[in-house]
Amino acid sequence: MADAANTDLKTTPLNAAHRALGARMVGFGGYDMPVQYEGVLAEHRWTREHAGLFDVSHMGQARITGEDAAVQFERFVSNDFQGLKAGRQKYGLLLNEQGGVIDDLMAGRPDHDGLYVVVNAGNKDKDFALLEAGLEGDARLIRFDDRALLAIQGPEAAEVMAAHEPVLAEMGFMDSARLMLFGADCFVSRSGYTGEDGYEISVPADQAERIWNTLLQDARVKPIGLGARDSLRLEAGLPLHGHDIDETTSPVEAGLMFGLPKARRERGDFPGADRILKELADGPARKKVGLIVKEGAPAREGAEIADADGTVIGRVTSGGPSPTLGRNIALGFVPPSHAELGTELTVIVRGRPAAAEVVATPFVPSKYYRKPA
Amino acid sequence: MKFTKDHEWVRLEGDIAVVGITKHAADQLGDVVFVETPEAGKSVNRGDSFAVVESVKAASDVYAPVSGEVVEGNDALAGGPETVNADPEGDGWFAKIKVADPAEVEALMDRATYDQYVSTL
Repeated sequence: MADAANTDLKTTPLNAAHRALGARMVGFGGYDMPVQYEGVLAEHRWTREHAGLFDVSHMGQARITGEDAAVQFERFVSNDFQGLKAGRQKYGLLLNEQGGVIDDLMAGRPDHDGLYVVVNAGNKDKDFALLEAGLEGDARLIRFDDRALLAIQGPEAAEVMAAHEPVLAEMGFMDSARLMLFGADCFVSRSGYTGEDGYEISVPADQAERIWNTLLQDARVKPIGLGARDSLRLEAGLPLHGHDIDETTSPVEAGLMFGLPKARRERGDFPGADRILKELADGPARKKVGLIVKEGAPAREGAEIADADGTVIGRVTSGGPSPTLGRNIALGFVPPSHAELGTELTVIVRGRPAAAEVVATPFVPSKYYRKPA
Repeated sequence: MKFTKDHEWVRLEGDIAVVGITKHAADQLGDVVFVETPEAGKSVNRGDSFAVVESVKAASDVYAPVSGEVVEGNDALAGGPETVNADPEGDGWFAKIKVADPAEVEALMDRATYDQYVSTL
């Protein structure tokens, strides 16, 4: 529980700003990151009601440039990036030859110069090395290690940002843009990881603290740590790589096939296609489900899931209290025979079975901004 | 009041030790969302995990600071786990233990020693 500085950890350009705000710092993804400022519950609720500001500079940012960028990217990643229009972004999965998920990512076309990619902090060196070594033709990966990444999330995020740049209000969910913002060259997407409306904003590292502080001057905005980021994404039913999905999990098992559209399935031109297409045809051995735990303690990662007879059939991969629902929720994997909504299961926490039920995710309805048609 | 390096406190009422977690521990945990206290009659040895306290992020074991028999668990924490944050060294107590060996209590840190210990963390 000690709060001593850990010299093995990298820092983001906002490290001093977090410390000045009195954040409690922890190691995450190799970085010294704020887990909370005033408290996880208060920060969680503030984001659901107002606007939360997150430092996610630990995540990996890069561009893939060149005429061949999308074609080459698709050799490693699910989804249709050749068909991605300028000004849009998509969710993708970096797949291994066994059809497992090396990482999940966002890739957009903020302009006409190839792709802008954001990957998970703990995987970025591996991801970028894999792409650097594998990209052919004129496609090149350029790491954006000199950029910070901010996320502003919540029902008031759009109004806060529109006060600085009205054009941001015109963006729809999963739009991607490159523009001057706060006097700096920024990449902006209308997306996030909380289930709320909001933006992710890539800014030059040397401008990050100024922009962070400018946003915090707005009374609607508070800084939010990784603790609430995790409880918010869990309520939104969003998987966390390394926990809910990993190199053994297929996109079919994880319910992520929206990231592998029909055209790619028909072409079968992605790593692990044999397994993934077979699971699509025959059904996977296990499926990701949402669970409400109806009694007792939260069921956390690693807790066993049992059927009505007490036979262990799966495991919880993330779980905890839902501040919005006031109930304990979890994600886990079970055989498809037990994945139907309404199925009564038990989770075993510290040796004791507790009643649980398979429910739809997201646990809390998402509020992504859809542009009027 | 006496203290352990694992951030439990002990307050003696006759031969009954009221035990809980320190303000430092409660602050470090952050928002407490679930507490599991032991049932009366349970026999514990010093150092045993005898209760669990959970924040939004994680579950943590609470260790028995003294050996003996649990005479009461604080059932009020089941419905009001936030009491551990609000009053960790008062209403947020976890259990009462009938002390088997008073020397175990004597061996624990006093407030000044504990505060000094915390300042080194």
